[in-house]
Amino acid sequence: MPAQPVDCDLHPTVPALSALMPYLDEMWREIVVRRGIDELNTISYPSNSPLTARADWRDAKGKPATTAERLGAEALDPFATGMAILNCLYGVQATFSEDLGAAMARAVNDWIACEWLDRDPRLRASIVVPQQNAELAVVEIERCAPDRRFVQVMLLVSAELPLGRRQNWPIYAAAERHGLPIGIHAGSSYRHPSTPVGWSSYLSEDYINQAGAFQTQLTSLITEGAFAKFPDLTFVLMESGVTWLPGYLWRLTKFWKGLRSEVPWVADPPATIVRDRVRLTLQPFDGPPDERTITRFMEHMGSDELLLFSTDYPHWQFEGTQAIPAGLDPALARKIMVDNPLRTYARLRETVT
Amino acid sequence: MNVDVLNRSGVQAPAQSKLAIADCDVHPRPPGVGIGGVSKALYPYLSQRWRDHVETIGVRYRQPWERGSAYPKGQPQACRRDAWPDGNSPGSDLAFMAAQHLDPNNVAFGILNPLTSGQGAQDLDLSAALTHATNEWQVAEWTSRDSRLKASVVVPFEDGPASAKMIAARAGDRNFAQVLLLTRTAEPLGQRRYWPIYQAAVEANLAVGIHAFGYGGSAMTSGGWPSYYIEEMVGHAQCQQAVLTSLIFEGVFERFPALKVVLVEAGFAWAPAHAWRMDRQFAKLRQEVPHLKRLPSEYMRSNVWFTTQPVEEPEPREHLADAIEWMGWDRVLFATDYPHWDFDDPAHAMPIRMSETQKRGIFLENAKAVYGVD
Repeated sequence: MPAQPVDCDLHPTVPALSALMPYLDEMWREIVVRRGIDELNTISYPSNSPLTARADWRDAKGKPATTAERLGAEALDPFATGMAILNCLYGVQATFSEDLGAAMARAVNDWIACEWLDRDPRLRASIVVPQQNAELAVVEIERCAPDRRFVQVMLLVSAELPLGRRQNWPIYAAAERHGLPIGIHAGSSYRHPSTPVGWSSYLSEDYINQAGAFQTQLTSLITEGAFAKFPDLTFVLMESGVTWLPGYLWRLTKFWKGLRSEVPWVADPPATIVRDRVRLTLQPFDGPPDERTITRFMEHMGSDELLLFSTDYPHWQFEGTQAIPAGLDPALARKIMVDNPLRTYARLRETVT
Repeated sequence: MNVDVLNRSGVQAPAQSKLAIADCDVHPRPPGVGIGGVSKALYPYLSQRWRDHVETIGVRYRQPWERGSAYPKGQPQACRRDAWPDGNSPGSDLAFMAAQHLDPNNVAFGILNPLTSGQGAQDLDLSAALTHATNEWQVAEWTSRDSRLKASVVVPFEDGPASAKMIAARAGDRNFAQVLLLTRTAEPLGQRRYWPIYQAAVEANLAVGIHAFGYGGSAMTSGGWPSYYIEEMVGHAQCQQAVLTSLIFEGVFERFPALKVVLVEAGFAWAPAHAWRMDRQFAKLRQEVPHLKRLPSEYMRSNVWFTTQPVEEPEPREHLADAIEWMGWDRVLFATDYPHWDFDDPAHAMPIRMSETQKRGIFLENAKAVYGVD
C-alpha cells in the first residue's frame, strides 16, 4: 500500500436534480417533472454561502465540485492524495416521504458510481441511505455493498430519532455485516430545532451547534448500548470539529460513574469506547490559534489514532493546502493522513480491480 | 413517592480553619411538593385565585408528567440520601442546611437557586404568581434569617415584560444577588423576546444566572428526545453551548455591555473549545452578524462566568488546569449544588495545583466580584 494520504471527507455537488434523472426509475422521473420537485439542497449549506465552498473552488457558474476532474485537480493532486472518500450531502434524508428519500438515495449512489468512481480510480464513496426509515436504508446498503468502492454508510448527525435508538439498529447490523463503518456527518433533516434550546437565528449558530449535535448523538450511541451490540462496528464523526472531544469525555465519564446503574450495558468507560471505536475527521479543525496550545491540546486527546485526514472539500475550512494544523508533530501527521484511515476502513486496504 | 433515606443526621462539626468559600449554586426547596405541585409554604404569598388554580389544575409544564421531572432521577429528588431533614424535603430547612453544609464548609455566602418555582409553567400568569411567591418565600424563610444567603429573583421568563417588572421591583434589595433563568426555554435565550430581562437586570445591577434544566418543549437534542437521565445530565453542556452561542451571536452583549451572565451547573471544561470554534466560524461568516464588534470569545471573557459543579475529572487531573488557563482563572466560580446527589465537596472537588491567588479567586473572590458581595 503506497503511503499516500487518504482524504476521508469530500463533497461532490449534485449540479442539479436533472443530473440525477437518468438514475431515477421511470415512475420517479415522471413524478419529479409532474410535481415540479425542487432541488434537495438543505439550509445547512446555502449554495452561495462562503462556508459551502471556498471561492477558488467555485466554477464560472459559482458551483463547486461538480465533476470528478475538477475534484481531482483541486482536492487530490495538491495533497498527493492516494484515495478519497466522497460524502454526497444532497438532502435525501430530509424528504418527509420515505419513498421519495429512498428513490433519491438510489439515484445519488448510482450517480456517484457512474459519474465519479468510474472516472477516477482514487475515489471511494459512502453509501447515502434514506435515514427516514431503517428498513429502506438496509435495502439500499444491501444494494450498494457489493460494489467494494463503497467503503462506509453515511448518516446525518441530526435526524428524527437520536442515533442510538434501537429503531436505527438494523442499519448498524447491515453495516457491520458488510464491514462498513458508519460515517456520521454534520447536517440535519430538520425534524427538530437546530439547537437543543430551539431554533437559532443565524447560520453561524447552526454550524457552531453541529459540534453539540455530535456530542449528544455520541452520548446516545454509547448510553443506548450500540457499541456493545455491534462490537465490530466503527463510527466515524465527519465534519464534527474535534476540540470538543476531551472535555466532553471528562463530563460523560463523570456521569457514567454516577449513573451507570441506569445503563448497565455500558461496561467500558466512555473514553475507552471512543478510543477503540470512534474516529473523527480533521476538518474543520476548530483548534486554538497558537501552535503551543495545539500541541498541548493534542495531549488531551489521549490517543494519536483518533483523527483522520480530511480536506472537507469544497467547504471553506483553510487556505491553500494548509489542511494540517501548523505545529503538529510529523509522526502524528503521518498517522492522521495515512495510517489511521487505512486502519479505519477495511475496504481501503483491498486491491480494487 | 418511594424514598429510601440514610438513617443518620448528616450533620458535621463546624469548620474553624477552612478557607471561606462562596457557593454559587445552593438549592432551597419549599417543603413537601416537587415539580407540578405547589408547596403550602408558598400559600401565604399566593392569592386565593392561584391557590384554587393549583389545587384543581396544578402546574403544567411542557413535559408529560403531572408530578415529577421528565426523566426519573438517579435518586429521589436527585438529592443526597443524607440531606433529608426529618421526613422533609432536602433543602427545605435552614437550620439543617446550615449544620450540614454552610457551617462545616465555611460558606461565606451562598447563592440560592430555587428550581421548583413555576419558571417555565405553560400558563404565563400562573408562572408570574408562583415566581413572585417564591421570591417572597426566599426572603422570609432564608435571606432574612441567614445573612450568608443571597436570593435569586426568579421570573416568568417566557413573559419578558412581566419578568422585567419583577426584576425592577427588587432593584437595590440586598436580599437578591442575581436573576435566575433556566437553560431550556421556548427559544434560545439570546433572542429578543428575552431582552427586557437583560435590560432590567443591568438596570438593577444584578447578574443573570442561567441554570441547567428547563421546559422549552422542543427536543433536548437537535436529533430528538434522548431516552435516559444520564443523557439529559451530560446534555446540559450542549444546551448551554447553544445558549452561550445565542447570547453572543444575537448581540446581547453589544446591546447590554454591562450584563453579567453566569452559566450554572453545566460544567466549564467545554468552554475553551467552544470559544475556539465560535471564533473560527465568525472569521468566515462575519458578514452574517455585522452587529458583532468583537470576537465571540472576547464577549465570553468579558461578560460570562461558569460555575464549577459538576467539576470535570480528567485523567491526568492537570488537564483541568489547562482548561481553566485557556478560559481564564477569573471566569470560574465554585459551586456545590447542595443538596443534590452530585454535590461537589469543596475539600475534594478541585484536585489540581493552584496558586493561592487562583484558589482564592475560584473559591471566593471571583464570585464576590460578579455578585458585588463584600
